[in-house]
Amino acid sequence: MEKVSITIDGKPIEVEEGSYVLQAAEELGIKIPTLCYYEHMTPYAACRICSVEARDGKGWTKIVTACNYPAWDGLQIFTNTPRVITARKVNLEMLMSHCAPAPVLQELADELGVKEPRWGIGTDTCIMCGLCVRICDEVVGAHALTFSSRGIDREVSTPFKLESEDCILCGACARYCPTGHIRMTDTNGRILHSELMLGPNTAISIPFRQAIPNAPRIDPDYCIHMTTGGCKLCSKVCPKECINYEDKDEFEELEIGAIIVATGFQDFDPTPMKQFGYGKYPNVLSSIEFEQMNNAASPTDGKILMENGEEPRSIAILHCIGSRDEDHHKYCSRVCCMYALKFAHLVKEKTDAEVYQLYIDMRTFGKGYEEFYQRILTEGVNVIRGKGGEIVPSPPEYSGEGNLLVRCEDTLIGKFREIPVDMVILCTALEARSDAEDIARKFNISTGADGWFIEAHPKLAPVSTTTEGVFLAGVCQGPKDIPDTVAQGTAAAAHSIRLLNMGEVLMDAAYAEIVEEFCSGCRICNGLCPYNAITFDEEKKVSEINSALCKACGTCVAACPTGAIKARHFTDDQIYAQIEGILA
Amino acid sequence: MKDFEPKILGILCNWCSYTGADLAGTARMKYPANMRSVRVMCSGRVDPGFIFDALRAGADGVLVCGCHPGDCHYHEGNYKCMRRIPLTKILLENMGIDPRRLRLEWVSASEGARFQQVVTEFTEELRALGPLKLSELNFDPDHPAGGDNQIAVESAAHDELEAGH
Repeated sequence: MEKVSITIDGKPIEVEEGSYVLQAAEELGIKIPTLCYYEHMTPYAACRICSVEARDGKGWTKIVTACNYPAWDGLQIFTNTPRVITARKVNLEMLMSHCAPAPVLQELADELGVKEPRWGIGTDTCIMCGLCVRICDEVVGAHALTFSSRGIDREVSTPFKLESEDCILCGACARYCPTGHIRMTDTNGRILHSELMLGPNTAISIPFRQAIPNAPRIDPDYCIHMTTGGCKLCSKVCPKECINYEDKDEFEELEIGAIIVATGFQDFDPTPMKQFGYGKYPNVLSSIEFEQMNNAASPTDGKILMENGEEPRSIAILHCIGSRDEDHHKYCSRVCCMYALKFAHLVKEKTDAEVYQLYIDMRTFGKGYEEFYQRILTEGVNVIRGKGGEIVPSPPEYSGEGNLLVRCEDTLIGKFREIPVDMVILCTALEARSDAEDIARKFNISTGADGWFIEAHPKLAPVSTTTEGVFLAGVCQGPKDIPDTVAQGTAAAAHSIRLLNMGEVLMDAAYAEIVEEFCSGCRICNGLCPYNAITFDEEKKVSEINSALCKACGTCVAACPTGAIKARHFTDDQIYAQIEGILA
Repeated sequence: MKDFEPKILGILCNWCSYTGADLAGTARMKYPANMRSVRVMCSGRVDPGFIFDALRAGADGVLVCGCHPGDCHYHEGNYKCMRRIPLTKILLENMGIDPRRLRLEWVSASEGARFQQVVTEFTEELRALGPLKLSELNFDPDHPAGGDNQIAVESAAHDELEAGH
């Protein structure tokens, strides 16, 4: 393409012939208002707000739309002449005669000095900019939207106004709609606000702030390019050309000397406990949701707000949801009492709300914890000994005090109580991850009845596992708070380094071995070994035990019909001698 | 019979029951001194031979303890035990020995109290059953369990397994 020189408001610039004026203006930093232009889509000149005056310097002049007017040598563009302003005003007034004043139109009206549109104000919200249709066609590639009808009946719709099979629910149309005419709703017609969804809501994102490497990754389930083959917007805007759509999950084989299992926990889902109305009443939150809301980077900017955006007048914090509960988890989750007290402190610090703590036992076991509890008591938090029993919508007589009613038994005064509150926080149990058993199998460690990984010894080896070289750190071994987790993690690291420096693993001398002469080759033992340590030697027709894999359980020893397998330190002879000895 | 104190052999798995017994001890829980324990690495190591040998050597009952189903340190050793014990019981019955003299119990490392309870109960039961008198048995070693009995063994073992799961 040849370069041509044009001027915009007197400023000269060299651009490629045929490139559009609006781009050149952007390069020069001259702002031209527009409603329907987006750099990665074909200009459409639908809104005509980007009108500018084109001159050739010889007397020829014309109002053109900057977004799709091609540059030619000697072109002079004026963006601010009275003619331009008048043209923009007229176009805006015509838009407004059709449309309700969406914020974007109102802003323009203020800018251009349109006080009362001459032809009145319409009620529609669509300005026919066509951004939705074009993004669906050109960028997303789903082709699910189109203009239908003509003249005053013209509107954006799916073909035949039916639910479109081509729509991939990407939400790009709603994202780029300047007036909010297109909205994402769920099947009940509830509007889905992207701002209210916690966590990443784009297909390309940095998974969490501390991610290593701290780089965005594409979620193939949500990526438009990987769904339709279109889009690729991220690669168009990335100045370093880092986007790689071909990248796939890979399996890498690493040689390692030690393994630290630190797979953590999952939050107990309180939905099945219908009495608490979690998922039913919007202001019943789980503790992690409340924690996210408190984060300064949360959608509420760290403010404690109810679903309607108002500050709650009172908050109940219910301890032991799913823990210390015969029906769910019998164990104590250990961390909840302390974070519940922290919540109370945060609520008192940020709001004027009343706080009610409903607890079974206050377990403030650590260094400085009891002192914190005492401090919370002086802050005017209502502490009630008794587990929250039920949450129901407030009856009318309480509606002045709270929208929800918490029912509980106050065991210290021996009375049944009903407390009206606006918000409820459920301190949900920490529970073992649902895939803990798979992990346990993978690393040859075991899980207890609650799903937590079992350490080698509850007192003397709380970091090691019964598999040499595999260590545990954190809540995956059992509920614990941050200081305990850090301590265990550090210990696991130290153990690992010791192993790495040693260069080899010491095995227990206890393992089973096969006396070849006695082995009949029946292969009964082969299928019994949970560690696949026993193989059959096809040449010798006997089974063999790999002593490095054998964990000395002895199951094969007891099964061997010829007594060919010996469990070292637990041989038949030794056990018979013991039996003989202790029964003598 | 009043002063009869049964002798019990306990075969305990290293990871759950032996630790559970240890816990009963460290928690100062008292259980009858009738039980003497032998440690094996896993209840899957329990050879039925151990049980017969113990009864021969003078035990009035044998208590086999392992990890709860699903908790086995070796993943599935206790399942093997779960299959072997019912079969052993049938053999005992065929020999004329009351199968109640053999007991399989699951005791986890944290169940010191349960261990105490199991041993106490078993001792009481054996006390009621009285001493095991091998000489009075009419078991004929030359005519072990025949064809019919074999079917009974299999179906009983099957029932036990069904009940176990």
